[in-house]
Amino acid sequence: MSKVLTALWLAFLFSLPLWMDNQYVLHVLVVTGIFIVAAISLNLLLGYAGQLSLGHVAFFGIGAYTSSLASLGFSIHFTADTVLAMEPKPVWIGLLAALLASGACGWLIGRLSFKVRGAYFVIVSISFAEVVRLVAVNWVELTQGPMALNNIPPLTLWLPLLGEHVFWKKPANYWLVLSVAVVCYVIVRRLVWSRAGRAMVALRENEPLATSVGIDVTRYLVLATVVSAAMAGVAGALYAHYIRIVDPDVFLFIYTVTMVIMVVTGGKGTLAGPVVGGLIFGLLPETLRAFEIKPEVQWIIYGVLMVLVVFFLSEGIVPAVTQWWQRRRAAGAAMAKAEP
Amino acid sequence: MSGRVLLSVRELSIHFGGLAAIEDLSLEVAEGEVLALIGPNGAGKTSAFNAITGYLAPSGGEINFGGTRLNGLKPHQVAALGLVRTFQKTSVFGGRSVLQNILIGLHLRSKQTPLAILLGLPSIAREEAKLEAEAREILAFAGLGARADELGSALPYGEQRLLGIAIALAAKPKLLLLDEPVSGMNPVETDSFMAKLAEIRALGITILLVEHDMKMVMGVSDRIVCLSQGLVIANGTPAQIRRDPGVIRAYLGERYARVAEAQDRA
Repeated sequence: MSKVLTALWLAFLFSLPLWMDNQYVLHVLVVTGIFIVAAISLNLLLGYAGQLSLGHVAFFGIGAYTSSLASLGFSIHFTADTVLAMEPKPVWIGLLAALLASGACGWLIGRLSFKVRGAYFVIVSISFAEVVRLVAVNWVELTQGPMALNNIPPLTLWLPLLGEHVFWKKPANYWLVLSVAVVCYVIVRRLVWSRAGRAMVALRENEPLATSVGIDVTRYLVLATVVSAAMAGVAGALYAHYIRIVDPDVFLFIYTVTMVIMVVTGGKGTLAGPVVGGLIFGLLPETLRAFEIKPEVQWIIYGVLMVLVVFFLSEGIVPAVTQWWQRRRAAGAAMAKAEP
Repeated sequence: MSGRVLLSVRELSIHFGGLAAIEDLSLEVAEGEVLALIGPNGAGKTSAFNAITGYLAPSGGEINFGGTRLNGLKPHQVAALGLVRTFQKTSVFGGRSVLQNILIGLHLRSKQTPLAILLGLPSIAREEAKLEAEAREILAFAGLGARADELGSALPYGEQRLLGIAIALAAKPKLLLLDEPVSGMNPVETDSFMAKLAEIRALGITILLVEHDMKMVMGVSDRIVCLSQGLVIANGTPAQIRRDPGVIRAYLGERYARVAEAQDRA
């Protein structure tokens, strides 16, 4: 039953560009999808390992810059004579580099946070994001600083049947982002339904008890940050090659906040939470715009909705709906029993 | 106390700044026995537990477990050697189902590597099924079989204490350290817990416990060590301990001694 539903849902999502040719809506869906990937990655750390990474956008931005620089090439002078130069590489190598670079930064943050939990983890992650943003602004030779990296090439992939394919058009990017999102979802699901995921949840729920049964919590916190950061890095790289311009504004705090809102309202620590939260808060501004509501009013509606969700569904939308559904089914079963 | 020595603590001392929580504590736990650590509040019992299991770095002394030196090991490394503790306060994974609590406790029994998990190899699903069967067995043993799908935090107090011990058992201890397992339990729960303890012992698990409930301590222990102000003041069988003048003065009290004497005569 649930397998059929999943298949239908996927078929709907993958067939969307075939019967809907509104390019603007597709664009919104692509950007929303990229943020959903970022939210899925944040959920692993925030929802399962229980550590709030308020610098999550750093991994996103590092991914965006790494992939862009790899595909544009760069040359930097350490002294007058020592120059480090790199020729432009194919975009798929850039994506891979983004995954590795962000993952490595995740490893670093995980190791640094060796004994740091809760509020201190938040501070470490914010500081990290701010340092990376300052580097992006000031290392003009590498990043062009506020002038931004321009003309980033779109992804080119060799695909079966299609041959060499350049991801110029919106439908192609839509399918790309959707595929990446599905892969990330599956990876997180595999993790949380395993020994590793249980260890992460144990760290969140009760760290002394977790260590007492032999769980090396630091190891699993590092695993969570590495996987989470690598995913966010890939999301950032997809963003760079889709929008095709990257400036230090990708490190803005507001993007982290957006991801946190998506995860928390959708339901942290649930697989569907970031997807639901991402869809709502990714599509809401555009939907409101379609009704020709003024921007100021849009922001107010956005804010009121958020307050309402947090106030009435403190666990998030997905757990609330699941509980409601289970209660209804239990009530239905009781009714069936009562009637002989 | 027959059998070889499983845990030996030699001249252990723990200082918090200028305060000596424990001074030169030496004790040995033999394989298969039940040893109780008693003493007034602040005698250093829980500090000794914390030092043995790696939660607290001792200021001096040596701890050996089955030939391995434990000093400097982290709690999870100590647990991997087969020395598993429970906590004084109720300690469960409250937001998870009872079954999930035990599955977390089975961490060391599981062999899944991160790479295999990410690739979703079929061996993972096979092992998960095996672990779940094992977890249900442990729950049945603890008498929590019917509670498998409830949230850990939704259990009544006595059952949460039991769940805490079931989690520790899942980690397959050779030596189980119980920190005040029956504190806060009513007499009926305490009695059924004593029966459970006998079953745990029958599995070949050695037990070191800290407890204030003297009926329980005298009932289950082979040997008792009494601490007072960081020092060992007595070490012997329950019968010896309840007549020990030092223990009566520091901990048990005259009234307890009179009652015990009356019971012995009866």
